[in-house]
Amino acid sequence: MNQNIWVLMTGDSVALATTLILAALGALFTERTGVLNLGVEGVLLTAAISSFIAADSSGSVWVGLIVGSLAGALLAGIHAILAVVLRANQIVSGLALVIFGTGLANYLGKPYEGKTISVKLTDMTFGPLTDIPLLGPILFEQDIITYVALAAAVFSSLYLFRTRPGLEVRATGDDPATVDAQGLMVSTIRIRYTLFGGLLMGLGGSWLMLAESAAWHQAATTNGVGWIALALVVFASWRPIRLVLGAVLFGFTLQLPYTLQAENITFIPQAFLQMVPYVATLISLIALSRPGSTNALGAPKSLGVPFVRDER
Amino acid sequence: MTSSTHEGAQGPHHASGAALVALEAIGIVKRFPGVLANDDVNFDIRVGEVHTLLGENGAGKSTLASMLCGLYQPDAGRILRNGVPIQLSSPRAGLQHGIAMVHQHFRLVDRFSVAENVVLGSRDLSFKLNRAELNDAVAAVADTYGLPVDPTATVGDLSVGQRQRVEIVKALYQGAEILLLDEPTAVLVPAEVEKLFENVHAMTKTGKSVVFISHKLGEVARISDRVTVLRNGRVTGHVSSKGQADAKELARLMVGRDIDLAAQRASHPIGHEVLQIRDVSLVASGVNVLSNISFNVHEGEMVGIAGVAGNGQRELADVIAGLLSPTSGTISIGGAMSTDRGPIASRELGLAYVPEDRLGVGLVPSMSILDNLLLTRDRSVVVDRANVRPEANRLIDEFEIKANGPEHLARKLSGGNAQKVLLARELSGGRTATKLLVVCSPTRGLDVGAIETVRRLLDDARSAGQAILLISEDLDEIMSLADRVLVIYRGAIVHETPGATALLEQVGAAMAGLSQAGGA
Repeated sequence: MNQNIWVLMTGDSVALATTLILAALGALFTERTGVLNLGVEGVLLTAAISSFIAADSSGSVWVGLIVGSLAGALLAGIHAILAVVLRANQIVSGLALVIFGTGLANYLGKPYEGKTISVKLTDMTFGPLTDIPLLGPILFEQDIITYVALAAAVFSSLYLFRTRPGLEVRATGDDPATVDAQGLMVSTIRIRYTLFGGLLMGLGGSWLMLAESAAWHQAATTNGVGWIALALVVFASWRPIRLVLGAVLFGFTLQLPYTLQAENITFIPQAFLQMVPYVATLISLIALSRPGSTNALGAPKSLGVPFVRDER
Repeated sequence: MTSSTHEGAQGPHHASGAALVALEAIGIVKRFPGVLANDDVNFDIRVGEVHTLLGENGAGKSTLASMLCGLYQPDAGRILRNGVPIQLSSPRAGLQHGIAMVHQHFRLVDRFSVAENVVLGSRDLSFKLNRAELNDAVAAVADTYGLPVDPTATVGDLSVGQRQRVEIVKALYQGAEILLLDEPTAVLVPAEVEKLFENVHAMTKTGKSVVFISHKLGEVARISDRVTVLRNGRVTGHVSSKGQADAKELARLMVGRDIDLAAQRASHPIGHEVLQIRDVSLVASGVNVLSNISFNVHEGEMVGIAGVAGNGQRELADVIAGLLSPTSGTISIGGAMSTDRGPIASRELGLAYVPEDRLGVGLVPSMSILDNLLLTRDRSVVVDRANVRPEANRLIDEFEIKANGPEHLARKLSGGNAQKVLLARELSGGRTATKLLVVCSPTRGLDVGAIETVRRLLDDARSAGQAILLISEDLDEIMSLADRVLVIYRGAIVHETPGATALLEQVGAAMAGLSQAGGA
């Protein structure tokens, strides 16, 4: 294997990680306030097709990104109403969102099936920086949203752990009764970050469509990335910086089969390689559901529990 | 509206006479579905005093306090702050008027540091947190009132007493002038209660007012400048007595009749050994939780295990109940070995167990009283509710359980009634007649009336010849009920004395681990 493959693979890993970072960051913010939104996959699909339609009809990727993000927030809003306002079972509501989001995306995408988009998000150029051996292509040959995602992760970490609103977010996820007793509105905080989380997921879905995929392929467009994002949040112990590392790792496993195939390296059957990220997801989710393990992992203590004042 | 201005004018007038009235509630009415929680309640608190709200559980104390801090809104009545009518629409509004409540269940985030907890929700907090600055500010407030807390410590690692201190520091940091302390001593050991009382005095000296909510008569009589007694949502008396209210009189006002909590001992001679514990040790994750414990409990005898929480009491109870297997040593019930045979075998030997955690371990909260009774009675595949229903009705009457009937859900019972259901189930025997009863903290969190009932039930069981092991952190309870008192300290029995002649000082010292000489 020559050096080039490694550069190619690492660069692709970072790129593929973009959707994962954005979607998982969205889930992370939502979960940090105690709301579990399992509907990421549905949100990603709806955002993807919305951005496709908007970008294709307007001829601008930026319009596509904005419309896709808003579509994500809109879908998360359904979850916010069900889970926070009506205090429905969050798991049921989240799963319903997956089904609804997938169905909606397929319906909206019907006329666009197999069509390629007229516009595409292009990589940024940093002149001579790109020519640095090894690091150049990895760090300086990405599109703007990839940089946005990385910056968002860093800012999220600072926001959560170094600011007053971040303190309130974490407190809401751990102990909403305490937040309520301080006169802060638990529901408002939860709705706000569920919507914001949806916005980030929407951006991730749009990016997947406009930068990575050439055409709309129904559910195959996201290919389960939403579920991986959920597992990634667990893997990262609800910490944004760890999330980036995890996303690159998952990104690496996602691109591995394709890169190896392209290089004609076939000593490991491709099916096994394709399986890797999903198996890793399963393991993460099993770790999450083991009793008592969530606390050790750092899960918000009230994750998935609707807040009712003074329940006796 | 004219009457309101009249009342408003009265505030300052009042002030010129005696002490300034900081907060006044007039004609407060609060209804919950099916309950009149507060019925025309008048209450006022002066600057720099401790005013106690005394009453049994469900008397309306916490409801009134919740309205004074803005958590609930009254259905009728007015609240005046320094003589001016105010609207307390939320806890935040309460804080803006300098009123803060320290809840019985602490409102603290376990994973946060002390300083983060204290500043959470604070209005004048900058967007960016400067941890060093916040730590200093929190430490400064704590020092002012002699409340030692480490701002950088994680709350989850603190003891209950320390957490309470954090709550008080939080209230003071947010500028509280009036502190409502809801059952603050319920969770504290005697030494911590003393410390709390010192803190309360330090606060009132600087002009803070403290509303002390409690049903513990001894403490109320000591700490209060004035006492307002509530019963069934109504004020039944005001006692103004500067630290020397008469406990008997307070009890009568609170319960509506005379209360007898006098000491009770075995009235019959004790019989054969029922429980035999021989050299029981338990090692859990490398720690000696129990070491070489040996004692017996006889028919018609009550043995009390005293000790500060976390010295192995819970594990001892679980070992006897067959829920934990000891690392070494043997346990026999009624002459038959029960070691390592599991909880069902222990029960079949005649064990009844009232665990400390009533709704977690003792009862299934989401099931009815009837179904909870069935748990120890019916092991057939198809449950026969009709068969047990008459007994359920009888037990509800006999144990004076306030419930709508056998179908009443356990989680909808008050603490006292849940405990009575648990006792009713355990005392009445399951498939085997009860020979040995292990009870843990049976009256924790109960009001005086319920405590009296529970104590009477335990005494009756003793008179009926059952062997009883009473494990409790409430030293008074053990001293006034047990025929023999054993003290557990770091998993070992360090002191033993007959209950009738036990000295509080000696037992207290043994609980604190100061009795090496006496034990040997």
